[in-house]
Amino acid sequence: MLLNVQNLQAQVEETEKQILNGLNLQVNPGEVHAIMGPNGAGKSTLASVLAGREDYEVTAGSVDFDGEDLLDLDPEERARKGLFLAFQYPVEIPGVSNKLFMQTAVNAVRDEKGLPELDMLDFDEYAKEKIELLEMRNDLLERSVNVGFSGGEKKRNDIFQMALLEPKLCIMDETDSGLDIDALRTVANGVNALRSPERSFIVVTHYQRLLDYIKPDHVHVLYNGRIVKSGGFELALELEENGYDEIIQQHKDA
Amino acid sequence: METVETEYQEINDLLAKNKHYREGFETKTKVETFDKGINEDVVRAISAKKNEPEWMLDFRLKAFRHWEKMQEPHWAKAKYTPLDYQDYSYYSAPECGACGDACATEGDNATAIDPEVAKAFAALGVPIEDGEANIAVDAIFDSISVSTTKREELEKHGIIFCSFSEAVHDHPELVQQYIGTVVPYHDNYFAALNSAVASDGTFVYIPPGVRCPMDLSTYFRINEAKTGQFERTILIADKGSYVSYLEGCSAPVRDSYQLHAAVVEVIVHEDAEVKYSTVQNWYPGDDDCEGGILNFVTKRGVCEGANSKLSWTQAETGSAITWKYPSCILKGDNSIGEFYSVALTNRRQQADTGTKMIHIGKNTRSTVISKGLSAGKSDNTYRGQVKILPSAEGARNFTQCDSMLIGDQCGAHTFPYIEVENASAMVEHEATTSRIGEDQLFYCQQRGISEQDAISMIVNGFCKEVFSELPLEFAQEAEELLAISLEGSVG
Repeated sequence: MLLNVQNLQAQVEETEKQILNGLNLQVNPGEVHAIMGPNGAGKSTLASVLAGREDYEVTAGSVDFDGEDLLDLDPEERARKGLFLAFQYPVEIPGVSNKLFMQTAVNAVRDEKGLPELDMLDFDEYAKEKIELLEMRNDLLERSVNVGFSGGEKKRNDIFQMALLEPKLCIMDETDSGLDIDALRTVANGVNALRSPERSFIVVTHYQRLLDYIKPDHVHVLYNGRIVKSGGFELALELEENGYDEIIQQHKDA
Repeated sequence: METVETEYQEINDLLAKNKHYREGFETKTKVETFDKGINEDVVRAISAKKNEPEWMLDFRLKAFRHWEKMQEPHWAKAKYTPLDYQDYSYYSAPECGACGDACATEGDNATAIDPEVAKAFAALGVPIEDGEANIAVDAIFDSISVSTTKREELEKHGIIFCSFSEAVHDHPELVQQYIGTVVPYHDNYFAALNSAVASDGTFVYIPPGVRCPMDLSTYFRINEAKTGQFERTILIADKGSYVSYLEGCSAPVRDSYQLHAAVVEVIVHEDAEVKYSTVQNWYPGDDDCEGGILNFVTKRGVCEGANSKLSWTQAETGSAITWKYPSCILKGDNSIGEFYSVALTNRRQQADTGTKMIHIGKNTRSTVISKGLSAGKSDNTYRGQVKILPSAEGARNFTQCDSMLIGDQCGAHTFPYIEVENASAMVEHEATTSRIGEDQLFYCQQRGISEQDAISMIVNGFCKEVFSELPLEFAQEAEELLAISLEGSVG
C-alpha cells in the first residue's frame, strides 16, 4: 500500500477549528482516486495536511506513506520521498527561472535517492524530453516561475514539474478550478501521460467533468471531514445526477 | 483577518532570531586613544600625530570651523537620535603605529605590525602580507593603515597605492591637486566633519595608459569602542588607465552606536575606467540595532575626461543605518556612469541609499540598477537623482529599482528625482515591488527545496543582475553575506 490514512483528525492551528474528523483512505500504487464533496468538507485541508502545510495541526490519527510515518517529516522531506502537490493557486516566484527552480528540485529528489546531481546540460536534455511529451512551449525554462502565466499555464507548469520529479503520489488540489474546457483537456492529457503502475493520483475536485478525462479507479465523497461514501466511477456519475443532498442528509448528524 | 497574520508570523519569527556576526570579535592590544571630545585642539592634535604639513592642517581647520556652524541633518528616511559628538574619541591607533605612519606602513615589512592586529586581520581573511593572492591590500585598523601590500610590484608600473596619510607626505602635489575637488568640505555635514578629522584611507593613482595588473583593495576594521572612523580615500585614474578597486569592512559587537563617516573621491580622466566595488558588512547592532554602525558616507566620482567610465557596485548588508549615495558627475563627453546595488536590511536596520547621476557633457550615459531587500522590521529606501543639465546633449539614463519584501513588517520606499533640462535626453525609470511570502516558501518546500535554500534561491534570483557586476571574489562573498544575513535566523 502506498498511502494509508487512518482516523486522521486535523484542525486549523490558529483557530483550533476542527476540519478533518477521522478520515480513512487507502491508496495502492498505480491507482487513481477521486475525492469529491461539497464546499467546506475538508478536501483542500486533506491535501494541505498530507503535504505538510503548517497552518494545520494534526490532532489524531496516522498517515503511512510508502512504509514511513508521513506526519513525522518536513514538507521538503515528504516531497523528496515522492509526494507531489499540484496547487489550486500556484504562486509566482519572480527572478527565479523555471530552469533553476526545477533543477534544484530535481537534484534534491535525486540526492534523496542516492543518484548523482544533474548539471545544467544534463538537466536541459532531461527537461526537453518532458517538454515534448507534454507539448509545452520551448521557452518555458527561461521564464520566471509562473510570472505572467495565465491560470491554465500555471496548472500546466505544475504538471510539467510533476513530469520532471516523477513522484510516487500526486495530489491534485482542485486542479480544474478556473480552467476552460481546452485547458482542462490539456491538463488531463498531461496527467494521463504520467499514469503508470508505480504512480498514484489523488484528484480532489468539485465537478465530475474532470473525471471524464482522468478516469478514476475509486471515487470517494468527503463530507464533514471524513469519507462517507466510496465507490467506482459510477458514483461520480450518480453525484453529477443527484448532487450531494442525499449524502448530506444521510450523514448530517454523524 | 487572523489568517493573514499567521501567514507571515513564521517568517517574521524566523528572521528575528539573532544571527551570528562572525566578525564581532574584539582585539585587545595596546592602543593610543585620544580623550573623547572634538574641538580645534583635537584637530590640531590629529594633524600633529600624523606629522602633517601646514596645508593639510589648514584644510582640516577650515573644514572644522565650517562644521561647527552646520546642523546635523535628519532628512533621510532613517531615524537616529542626534549624536553627542563630544562623546567620541577622534583618534585611536595600535601603539606601535603611534609614531605616525612611517613604521606601520613600511611596505612589505610585516614585523612592524602589532601581532594582535595581525591576528585580527587573519581572522577576517584579509591578507596583510605579500603573498599568493593576486590582490593588493591596504589594511586599516581604526585610525591608521597598518599594512599596504604589493607596493613594490605596483611601483614598477608607476602605480601609487598607499595609505592616505602616507600620500600626504610622499605625494603632496597630487593630494593637494585633488582633495576636496569632488567632495568639498562644505558639501554636507559629515563631509565637513570628515575633512576636519579624517583618520586614514587609501590613495590610489594610476598613471596614463596603465592597466592595473591586479585588484586593489582596502579593508577597514573599526575596533576601539566609542571612536568614530573617518576614512578619506582618493582614487585617480589618469588618461587611458584602468583599475578595479574593492572595499571591505567590519567592526566588533558593541552596545552603543559607532560612527563611520567616510569620504571617497574618484577622478577618472579621458579614456580611463574605474570599477569601484564595496561589500559592506558593518556590525548592524543587536535585534534593535543598538550598538550598530552608523554608516554615513559621501562617495562621489567625476568622469572628468571624454570617454571615461566609473562603475559603483555595492552590496550593503550591515550597519544600523546606511546613508550613502555613490554618485557620478558625467562631465566628459561620452562618459559613462553606472551604479549597481544590493541593499539588504533586516531586524531594525534602516537604509537610505541610492545614487546621483549628473549629466553635463554630450552623449553621456548612466545605468542604475538597485535591488532593495527588506526583512524583519527594517526600512529600505532608494533615493536617486538623475539630473540632465542643459549642456547634456543626447544624454541617456536607464534606472531600475526593485524592492523585495520578506515578511510583512518591513518597508520599502522609493524617492526618484528626475530633472531634465535638455530635450534630447532619454530617461527610463522602472520600479517593481515583490514579496516573499509563506506561500512561495511552501511552494518551494513542496518541490523538495528546503526553506533556507528557497530563500537563498529567491534572493539570489532577485539580485542576480547586480552580483554579476561584482568582481568574482566579491560576488561570492556578497552572496554568502546575503545568505547569512537572512539565513542565520532560519533554524
